Amino acid sequence: METPQLIVSPAPHIRARQSTAGIMWMVVTSLIPAAAAGVVLFGRPALVVIVSSILAAVLAEAFCQRVTGRRITVGDGSAVVTGLLLALTLPPELPWWMTASGAAFAIIIGKQVFGGLGHNLFNPALAGRAFLLASWPGAMMTWKWPAASLSWAGESVDAIGGATVLGLARQGFFAKHGVAVPYSQLFMGNIAGSLGETSALALLIGAVFLLAFRVIDWRIPLGYLGTLAILALLAGQDPIFHLLTGGVLLGAFFMATDYVTTPITPGGRFFFGLGCGVLTFLIRIYGGYPEGVTYAILLMNAAAPLLEKATIPKRFGEVRADV
Amino acid sequence: MRAKTFRKGIHPPGHKERTAGLPIEVFPAPQKVVLPLCQHIGAPAQPLVAVGDEVTAGQKIAEAQGMVSAALHASISGKVTAIEERPHPAGRNLPAIVIENTGGEGFSPVPEAKPGRPLAEITGEEIKELMRAGGLVGMGGAAFPTHVKYYPPAGKKIEYVILNGAECEPFLTCDHRLMLERPAAVLYGLKAMMKAAGAKRGYIGIELNKVDVIKVLQEEARGDETIEIVPLRVKYPQGEEKMLINAITGRVVPAGGLPVDAGVVVNNVGTAAALADLLQTGKPLISRVITVTGGGIKEPKNLEVPLGTLLEDVLAYCGGLTDSAGRIVLGGPMTGPAHYRLDLPVVKGTCGLLVQTSEEIGDMEYMDCIRCGKCVEACPFSLLPNYLGLYAEKNRLEEAERYGVMECRECGSCAYVCPSRRPLTQWIKDAKRKITAAQRKTG
Repeated sequence: METPQLIVSPAPHIRARQSTAGIMWMVVTSLIPAAAAGVVLFGRPALVVIVSSILAAVLAEAFCQRVTGRRITVGDGSAVVTGLLLALTLPPELPWWMTASGAAFAIIIGKQVFGGLGHNLFNPALAGRAFLLASWPGAMMTWKWPAASLSWAGESVDAIGGATVLGLARQGFFAKHGVAVPYSQLFMGNIAGSLGETSALALLIGAVFLLAFRVIDWRIPLGYLGTLAILALLAGQDPIFHLLTGGVLLGAFFMATDYVTTPITPGGRFFFGLGCGVLTFLIRIYGGYPEGVTYAILLMNAAAPLLEKATIPKRFGEVRADV
Repeated sequence: MRAKTFRKGIHPPGHKERTAGLPIEVFPAPQKVVLPLCQHIGAPAQPLVAVGDEVTAGQKIAEAQGMVSAALHASISGKVTAIEERPHPAGRNLPAIVIENTGGEGFSPVPEAKPGRPLAEITGEEIKELMRAGGLVGMGGAAFPTHVKYYPPAGKKIEYVILNGAECEPFLTCDHRLMLERPAAVLYGLKAMMKAAGAKRGYIGIELNKVDVIKVLQEEARGDETIEIVPLRVKYPQGEEKMLINAITGRVVPAGGLPVDAGVVVNNVGTAAALADLLQTGKPLISRVITVTGGGIKEPKNLEVPLGTLLEDVLAYCGGLTDSAGRIVLGGPMTGPAHYRLDLPVVKGTCGLLVQTSEEIGDMEYMDCIRCGKCVEACPFSLLPNYLGLYAEKNRLEEAERYGVMECRECGSCAYVCPSRRPLTQWIKDAKRKITAAQRKTG
């Protein structure tokens, strides 16, 4: 028999279908409801932020890979994820060029200088956000209430102007006036905030999608949200208010679950979430900013290697000498 | 049906439908067989015949060398035409005895076997001697000489004999068919093994995708309190020795230890059937059942082939390769090696011949690790395959060892799930090989 052209390669000779690019595009898909909610709530400027952030991220990635003579891999979707995630954390009316510089920073300094996908220490999107916060604090703190919020907040929206719900709470606004934001409005996202963080509904749709396809590990959001809620309860504050305001849901399901910058061990992932919850709460209560998600996750990113080392699972049949 | 299992693991598609319903066909004696002197783990056997000798099927043609070795028997009647190095499934040329078929019928049973006696009249010691005389090795793939397992080290006792009928490798159905068609032989073999081991209980672990077999064996074993047929969940690597022991008995074989450290011996169901043949008819290990399957095969089959039959003869019997055939794997797709030549013989540890089409092979480029943790979730030994792969790739062997690389049983689950398609198992195997070589050197 004539021997045909045969390929020799190492076992296993079958592979699971899910690929890295596939995972990235699933994350993009899961963020579409939140992005759409942002555009519906805040209008065209939000769309400009989203488009400029994604474009700048993709171009920056291609540029870096071109300059360093590596294969251009923007098709794997990871730069799109970073650009989109960054956009969702920004004020809806941020000028396009600020957005673009933030996205470029996220990719170039946050990711590519470390060696590209898989090698960065910090969540690139949050690194980009921290950069923008430091560079243009004014623009990064200019919030706008959605036009639709007039329907429930009425004239008072004008009075409170450019503050988020968390900011107002921090100033004691609600306590002073004896009012509260209805949960339903928080849930729908009919409040001021970053363009993709306000609608809990849209974020939860995406989160369920990612959990159902096992793209993200449930341990991280559980540790994060659970810790935050428990701390709020212990401090005599409203846990639901803490969960529905600010960037907690966006952070817990989409940022703190970033593979590259979180521990790979199951135990490490839970404690990573727990740490994010503690830091978010501390910053919200005692920090200089009304919101703490960005820095909480970035700080925990730095702690991730240590957490990982401390939570290496016991091997099957392992007899540890010190036990 | 309640099913037992182990923690972690993966769920690859079974792909067993092509051959699960096909009865085992007996492959006619081929024109020529190539019988490598080493078809087992351990020392190669020493030839007892010379070129030009006439041999009959079943006749011993090479003697085991030392404890960990296995004898070899002629699988067809004919004339020895060469004793020389021939291509071996291990991937290089190794010494083999070549027999040309001269059309002789004849069969010479193992002289010590004295067939026809009931099991009650055969002592455990005799059974162990016969395992050795009959050239029995583990037929699940590892090909470890069977008798060795039944001489436990001093102070260790065998309480359970477990037969591995999980057949967790996708595509393979040879064990399925064997258990279905020869349940009495499998049970007889198990009883003989229990006797040889002095074990009080015997188990046969079978994945739930073979409910027909579970029922047949349960029926066959009815009334025997010492034997239990255990349904197992369909999960890979359910048939990995330590995972099988854990699923069935709940015991954990210590890292670096052997099943006997948990009071258990594990054998493949094919080995049990071979032992039954040996005791009942005096037939040594000269043939085995293999599954020939995959999209690249014209007529997939379950075949009982004489050992030493060349792959090209097997393929010709199965209608040959399709035009799209692109990769040939000896054994299952998770652990079997790929080969580029068809003049390799079927050996004692060959359980299948899988031919994949070019489309099934897919892209082999890999990306950097994105630390998704899927390999960590999959690894049945709770290792961190991503780090083992990185350390192995960079030749940082000390770190790989510290992270438990030697505990890896190379099941392939990590590489299977890796979304970046990293050849983790291959790197790990390579690191293990280097570490073992270095240890030998320093003695």
